[in-house]
Amino acid sequence: MKKIYYREWGIESPRYWGLLAVLTVILAVAGFAVLHMEHEGHWVTGMNNEVVWGVPHVFAIFLIVAASGALNVAALGSVFGKHIYKSLGRLSGLLAMTLLLSGLLILVLDLGQPSRLIVAMTTYNFKSIFAWNIYLYVGFLVIVAAYLFTMMERKAQRFYKGVGLLAFVWRLILTTGTGSIFGFIVARPGYDAAMLAPMFIIMSFAYGLAIYLLVLMFTFDAEGRALGDKLLGRLKSLLGIFVSAIFYFVLVYHLTNLYGTENHEYEAFILLNGGIYTTLFWVGWVLLGMLVPMAILFHPALGNSRGGIIAASLLVILGGLAAMYVIVIGGQAFPMPIFPDKIILESGFQDGIGGAALYYSPSLPEFLLGIGGVALALGVTLVAVRMLKFLPASLADEVVDPHHG
Amino acid sequence: MSEKIDQNRREFVSVAGKAAAASVVAPGVLLHSIAHAEPRAEPVTDAVRYGLLIDTTKCADGCSDCVSACDKENGLDLLGKPDGATDEDWARQKPRWIRTVKVKDRLSGHVSSLPLMCQHCEHPPCVDVCPTGASFRRADGIVMVDRHTCIGCRYCMMACPYKARSFIHENIKVKLSAVPRGKGCVESCTLCVHRRDYGVAGTACADACEHGAILFGDLNDPNSDITKALQERNHTQLRADLKLNTGVRYRGI
Repeated sequence: MKKIYYREWGIESPRYWGLLAVLTVILAVAGFAVLHMEHEGHWVTGMNNEVVWGVPHVFAIFLIVAASGALNVAALGSVFGKHIYKSLGRLSGLLAMTLLLSGLLILVLDLGQPSRLIVAMTTYNFKSIFAWNIYLYVGFLVIVAAYLFTMMERKAQRFYKGVGLLAFVWRLILTTGTGSIFGFIVARPGYDAAMLAPMFIIMSFAYGLAIYLLVLMFTFDAEGRALGDKLLGRLKSLLGIFVSAIFYFVLVYHLTNLYGTENHEYEAFILLNGGIYTTLFWVGWVLLGMLVPMAILFHPALGNSRGGIIAASLLVILGGLAAMYVIVIGGQAFPMPIFPDKIILESGFQDGIGGAALYYSPSLPEFLLGIGGVALALGVTLVAVRMLKFLPASLADEVVDPHHG
Repeated sequence: MSEKIDQNRREFVSVAGKAAAASVVAPGVLLHSIAHAEPRAEPVTDAVRYGLLIDTTKCADGCSDCVSACDKENGLDLLGKPDGATDEDWARQKPRWIRTVKVKDRLSGHVSSLPLMCQHCEHPPCVDVCPTGASFRRADGIVMVDRHTCIGCRYCMMACPYKARSFIHENIKVKLSAVPRGKGCVESCTLCVHRRDYGVAGTACADACEHGAILFGDLNDPNSDITKALQERNHTQLRADLKLNTGVRYRGI
């Protein structure tokens, strides 16, 4: 393998500033949406006392999960010693940080009392997985920053492997913590499964890699840098394997649930008669988010075309958002079994009369907040690659693969 | 003559001084003694555990006196629908501490009506999940929210098996001094905790129920009406499978 050189992202200024301007407009609109929600209160959103977490949480949890996954590319280089991935480590660490920060920002801005962030940072209940997650998230940012430093500063290179291992272990714990936000909820049939934590880990592998691939291909293509088929081929095969693994986990999760009679109503809700949640599960998550991308990625021709890889990555991301919608909101919309042996005929507070789904209709400000988070992650990433040497000057086949030719 | 005037002046100064001193010190002494006489000056202990027994056989279908009484007692009725909100949205977004539910048994078809509120669990999931510890359980068994440390994340609402909690979705313009509340925080039934702290008996819902379906009392006191009633006949916990040891028990379902 030849020595890898890194260079700042050098697309022409008008294009660069144009991109930033577009992202800034999106951020400004999202900012107004946040001010509106905070000033008026959450009544202007679709969230209510039945479905308490909505679209902002879908975006936030997706970004947090993807953040830990984006770091895997770096881990392949340092922890698993795959040299071909080593040159990809810097962008991997950067994306991990920007995605996590954006996800967290969405969560914080959706709080009923965002000004009390200081309370959340100073007052802890250590029985809460949320409290642990605050440590895990902050720790992740610090460790990944150190990891990036060992990659970018020659004098710190001797710590590269050690910090890389720490970052990898930390990210596994972090995603376990994120999955456990739902896994620890005993009251709701859709959650309360230890399997959610490992499922979130495998989801993070795929979603993080899909975002990584898109950012890598976009930045390289925009500037005309060489990105060889060899490396791309490896990354897309990995994506295919990760998506297949999600498929396996989803299958086992639902088969396990289907075996127990107590879960039949919940399973019927997600798989058969849950309206938007059933549609999103089958069409969004399973078909568009897993089956189609797998078909593309494993197809001998499509899988090796740039267009195919871009389409598959986009579909995996859309499928991931659908998955989060089904898990986060579908899990709440299914009425809680307060009276397992009884049917609710009337209620002064909804409760899912006759087993009906609880109502949630997402509002525009919620979407704007979520999209603002995505824009922030992209914006910070683009500024960072422009200012610092995150991107390899070339990833042509002869640069990354010693056996090439 | 001048001697006499001086005497008067001296007396006047002395009396006035005493009166002034008394007027400054007395209210403080008075307040101090009042404060110490109030139960809220004493630390809450686990010698008592407050709870409710709800007899669904007595609960009348269509009656919602307990709900209205709770709304009035805790100032929930002071909150109006925000301008621009639809009735349907408001029904789902307004706070509700106690609600009436009518359920039908899947096997027998037996129909019962009952009020449902925070079950004041011994092991409350809402307290377990709260990141800041704002959701807490008092030593006397009352589960409530510290409005100063609640950040409005709603994780407690995700975790509560009874959907007993409400998030405040809009600005609160008027509230009762005994029941502080605010936008962006979570709240739920407090078993009328202000009554406990001011030494007033009962809860609003129990007082309002003319059918005698709601009994409030100390579950730890062997001589209390609620303990005797619980010993007398069978009763159940909602979601007993979760083993939360609820402080609210039901009869007849």
